[in-house]
Amino acid sequence: MNASTDIAVLAAVKAEEAAAVAAQIVEGVRQASAEPAWFTAARRVAQVAALHAAAVDRDARFPVEAFEAMRRERLLSAMIPAALGGAGLTLAEVARICETLARACSSTAMVYAMHQSQVACIVDQGHAIPWQREMIARLVDEQWLLASATSEETIGGNMRTSACAVELIDGAFRIEKLAPTISYGEHADCILVTARRSPEASASDQVLIVAPRDSLVLEKRGGWDSLGMRGTCSESFRLVAEGRAEQILPVPFAQIADQSMLPVSHTLWASVWIGITADAVNRAHQFFRAQARGKPGALPPSAGRLADAVAQLRMMQARLKVALDAATEASSERIARDAQEACDFDTPLGASLSLASDMNTLKLSISSTALQVVQETLMICGMAGYKNNTDYSVGRHLRDLFSAPLMISNDRIQLNTANLLLAQRTPATGRI
Amino acid sequence: MKSALRRILTESARLDVPADSLADDADLYAAGLSSLATVHLMLAVEDEFGIEIPDRMLTRRLFSSINSLAGAVTELQLAQAAA
Repeated sequence: MNASTDIAVLAAVKAEEAAAVAAQIVEGVRQASAEPAWFTAARRVAQVAALHAAAVDRDARFPVEAFEAMRRERLLSAMIPAALGGAGLTLAEVARICETLARACSSTAMVYAMHQSQVACIVDQGHAIPWQREMIARLVDEQWLLASATSEETIGGNMRTSACAVELIDGAFRIEKLAPTISYGEHADCILVTARRSPEASASDQVLIVAPRDSLVLEKRGGWDSLGMRGTCSESFRLVAEGRAEQILPVPFAQIADQSMLPVSHTLWASVWIGITADAVNRAHQFFRAQARGKPGALPPSAGRLADAVAQLRMMQARLKVALDAATEASSERIARDAQEACDFDTPLGASLSLASDMNTLKLSISSTALQVVQETLMICGMAGYKNNTDYSVGRHLRDLFSAPLMISNDRIQLNTANLLLAQRTPATGRI
Repeated sequence: MKSALRRILTESARLDVPADSLADDADLYAAGLSSLATVHLMLAVEDEFGIEIPDRMLTRRLFSSINSLAGAVTELQLAQAAA
């Protein structure tokens, strides 16, 4: 081979590379123009999250870089209505953000999802109260991260009961709570705390208190060295909050939980689990193709598993869509009721019971199916999937997803759902 | 009827206070009635009085006191007798 053919080959290679780069740019522009700005922003944050996901998992540390990026892109106020200064995204749009983030870093996505369910509580239940509106404005301006303190040491995981109680003296309150877990408590700008309405109130007569960082003292009592979701830093604390009566949302927590917290958290958690599963299925797909390229003409023995994993993932996505539609419909019905100033006391409970059982069954099925599917992807990727830090690793996905049936235990949710079904006379099998 | 309702409350509502100590108009939610317990309360009331509580009557108001429960039971029994 002489020098001139060398140069010709080189030139051809360069031309090919240039064409590939040009095609990439064209594709990028096409995608950018087809895609809304908030989604492009979510993808940029996901890139940052992916870069640090392994370190966040290894060191069980908060995903600081991803949240810096999130604040830069103003995604923390994404679900706040435009009238209150936010981006006014719908629940379904925020679900897409959660799924996008989860494909990169589970902890980042789960913290984002948990933040959004707290945002929903303040926006739905506090928007008419001047102090709470002020809070929402600060959240938007300073891109606050909201956390939640519902669990309590003597109570366990049942968030519908509290031991600690609000003591109001001359419009001022003080509460003290021993919380076995406050996810990312140390990194939050504001924590929403459940407590009994008064020292005389029963355990289930709860209120929700909005406690910004400057009204809080947090004393760490235990760390977070866990199997997965290590970046959520769900440590245990002694929490003391002091403040004014306006910080306490006026409606009972039972109502806030049913109307705002439950539908938003279950749909967004499901989006996170679907995102984690989707990334594992992508890895298995890539592995399968690489394997098949090595031996043209014969399918690898795991071929059927891949088809099954993709089929299951698509079912999960469809189930989520049904739940998002139901939650959206319930929320617009509630807004219409509020506009008529209809009394919640006389609203038939049937609709809220069926929404609750629908959200519960969503949680049960997505949390368990996600684990099954990712286990399949491990069978497909084999040792390459079992080893950490390969292109086909799915170990972290699996470890992270083991939290799904535990966060609000599926055992408890199963029993609650069965209870709800007792009360339902109309079929719980959905509309045709 | 109200003594039967008190017995049902004791058996199925898991309140924080004894049902016998509650006034007829006492707030049952304040006494610790949870939304899950209302389901069992509803079934027990239907069984005891041989009625079916229609969806339109299934509200927070229905479960708010012994008086409101007794009112609903009477209304449904009268409607049944008239039918």
